[in-house]
Amino acid sequence: MKTLNVNGEPVEVDADDTTPLLWALREQLGLTGTKYGCGIAQCGSCTVHLDGVAVRSCVMPLAAVNENTKITTIEGLSDDGSHPVQQAWAELDVPQCGYCQPGMIMAVAGMLNATPDADDAQIDSQITNICRCGTFQRVREGVHLAKEITLKSKGEMA
Amino acid sequence: MNKLFESSKADGLQGALNVSRRGFLVTTSTLGAGLALGMTTRPAASSSMPLDEVNAWVHIATDDTVTIRIARSEMGQGTLTGLAQLVAEELDCDWDKVTYEFPTPGQNVARERVWGDYSTGGSRGLRASQQYVREGGAAAKMMLVQAAADQWGVAASSCSAIDSVITHGPSGRTTTYGAVAANAAALPVPTKVTLRDPADWHIAGKPLKRLDTADKLTGKLVYGADINLPNMLCASIMDCPVMGGKLVSFNESAISAMPGVKGAVAVVTDEGTDGVAVVADTWWQAQSALKKLPIKWDLGPNANYDDATLTAMLEEGLSADEAFVGNWGGDVEAAFASAETTVESVYKCPSQNHAPMEPMNATALFTKDRCEVWCPTQNGEAALAAASAASGLPLNQCEVYKTILGGGFGRRGAGDYVHQAVKIAMAFPGTPIKLQWSREEDQKHGFFHPSTMAKMRGTLDADGNLTGLHMRISGQSILAGLMPHALVEGADYLQFQGVIKAGLNPAMDDHSICYDIPNVLVDHAMRNPPIRPGFWRGVNVNQNTIYMECFLEEMAHAAGRDPLEFRLALMKNQPKSAAVLKAVAEQGGWGKDDGMGRGLAVLHSFGSYVAACAEVTVDEGGNLNMHRIVAATDCGIAVNPQQIEAQVQGSFVYGLSAALYSENTLKNGEIQEDNFHTYPSMKIASMPKVEVIVMPSGGFYGGVGEPTIGVAAPAVLNAIFAATGKRIRQLPMRDQSLRA
Repeated sequence: MKTLNVNGEPVEVDADDTTPLLWALREQLGLTGTKYGCGIAQCGSCTVHLDGVAVRSCVMPLAAVNENTKITTIEGLSDDGSHPVQQAWAELDVPQCGYCQPGMIMAVAGMLNATPDADDAQIDSQITNICRCGTFQRVREGVHLAKEITLKSKGEMA
Repeated sequence: MNKLFESSKADGLQGALNVSRRGFLVTTSTLGAGLALGMTTRPAASSSMPLDEVNAWVHIATDDTVTIRIARSEMGQGTLTGLAQLVAEELDCDWDKVTYEFPTPGQNVARERVWGDYSTGGSRGLRASQQYVREGGAAAKMMLVQAAADQWGVAASSCSAIDSVITHGPSGRTTTYGAVAANAAALPVPTKVTLRDPADWHIAGKPLKRLDTADKLTGKLVYGADINLPNMLCASIMDCPVMGGKLVSFNESAISAMPGVKGAVAVVTDEGTDGVAVVADTWWQAQSALKKLPIKWDLGPNANYDDATLTAMLEEGLSADEAFVGNWGGDVEAAFASAETTVESVYKCPSQNHAPMEPMNATALFTKDRCEVWCPTQNGEAALAAASAASGLPLNQCEVYKTILGGGFGRRGAGDYVHQAVKIAMAFPGTPIKLQWSREEDQKHGFFHPSTMAKMRGTLDADGNLTGLHMRISGQSILAGLMPHALVEGADYLQFQGVIKAGLNPAMDDHSICYDIPNVLVDHAMRNPPIRPGFWRGVNVNQNTIYMECFLEEMAHAAGRDPLEFRLALMKNQPKSAAVLKAVAEQGGWGKDDGMGRGLAVLHSFGSYVAACAEVTVDEGGNLNMHRIVAATDCGIAVNPQQIEAQVQGSFVYGLSAALYSENTLKNGEIQEDNFHTYPSMKIASMPKVEVIVMPSGGFYGGVGEPTIGVAAPAVLNAIFAATGKRIRQLPMRDQSLRA
């Protein structure tokens, strides 16, 4: 048994240390929002945050995380779908089939954690997820809208 | 009332998925509360729901929640929302209270196919069901109004309804759909209804948001890959790496001590698959053990087949004497004999896998008298038939519960993975088995978009007019491989999508050629290699439009004429095609001298008229920069313009991924590209900005999901030629110099 910190709560997983985090999340913890797409860190469907940084969980063995690593999955990004990226995605109707979108949203949220004012060039270099439906144009618009939503909410708080 | 519906409603478990009479709750473990599968889209508690539906298409709860039944599959293309809009339009219900559910294929069989065809492909989701779903909505409204009128003791003709509220005009009394739904359900379903003119639509035709977005943003949506049933085991499978090969043996004892492993099972299906699956507590355990399982294969007759063999076969077809004819007119040979100028070019397109983001999967539960399957499928009834065939149980002892698909693109019309899941489940009676393919399995065992070649020959007269065109296609017939009964005296008319003669085959008039060429011959030398062919989003328009649209630009160039003007001269009797072409040329800056290379393409297919104008530059290093694409669609009647925009934008990603990167090759009979590192797909950095012109001309329903794929690649290829003078005739483009 190994203790992890997932979405703010300590949880136990019963899997060996070579098991990728993706499969521990999906099969041990029932957090199926994190998707299997390729298993070799090519597509990004499995993106989660480790201490706020977007990583591809399909190649991240359990050995690489411990009880002090704050793991955030799509289920824990917000309580109610209200994260600015989720709001922007809803506003623009970004998903088509939607299978890649939890990973896409986590990748974008991770990018905006580090670079809240990410421009198009940064989007191009940092968002390398594959979407076979081809939602990229709305993804790009969504990033810019998420930035606006964040700014606006900060303004309201100030 | 139908028993099956009573049962599932009594269980209170309807929704995006229907759950079986056994009342299985689909649960997720530890973190978070149990998730009842299918409840996620229902805004209100289902306990308030009466047992009665108004009719097959519409259920209304006492809280006015309107549940619209969707028979077609949803794989991202937005059909679900569009169909709901069409029903709601005629129903005049409150759109904010609309949700949906997928009636099961088993229920459809039990109710004499009341929901019609479940097959979802060929861009037919809306256009092939719009009539009867609108009638369903209109009939339900009549029943609801009649029920209110009966309650008030007034004539139905004195009542009206809008936004789920029924009003008796003379008295001003009102009631809601939810209040009268149970009484309405007891009334006979009207057989004659009047449908609204699309010009008067207020729900359909509007750019409404999708009904299925919210749960896609939070990870709550349960795809097939996410199914979790009590006591479920997971399976990973490896099929013989060479098509036509067979499993000889495997050494189960080598893995039986590995964690979680329950066993290894030989899996041979009627679909021609032949392999072995490992079953374990979790998929990761199953997959880890499968990789260590010693397996002996008989690779069979195709073990030496490679791409050189395939290419030689296609090249031979380019000049073969015999070919099926899909378009003819005038006298091509006479045109060649008297031509001032003759141009000849050979083009080639590769074999390509669909690669949806969610690899193939299905979950099956088998007992001696029942077989149930949970799966993402483009054809629920075919999946039901697969469950029946694989289990040996009659249809009425089988059931399929459809999930939303993590991409389809044509791949999920096939039933191979359902057959396999059932066969594995039969080795574990009473235990649900989730079969999940690895990405590698998905890549190697696709139903591939066939590789084809084309020899294009054209003639010009002294004035630069196109006088003759011969298009010889050589390649694999999809129908011959998948549904030979659809061949017509051996010919595959689907092969001629986008270039077929109007009137030749009634089923193909949605794809007729958009040019009038005085002397024309389009023919097909069918050459079928040992590769499973499949319907791949856009199907045969993908390569046919590259061949036709690139070659017409070659002819225009040879004639010294403007490619737009050259095309329009051949489209005098094709006003709808000409209109979309002119629209993209105008908005796309055609004719501007600003350093951009511009290319055009136009196509009539899937009942719609589409065109694109691409704007590119190629730098000194040969790097392509696609700055902008203007795309136009005339689909006749537009049911949801913002979803049309999404489909058109996505079509460029799918079509240009194919043109730029995608190729499956065979070596020793085995597909070589087994994941996205060798089978790349477009990412956000490479996607051009796509401006979408939706220009419905009215009077017909055309498809949307596929036609634009056809124009994506040729518009860009023509733009590259305009920018560099380099004509690319073989795809994909990667690894080729784009400079002349």
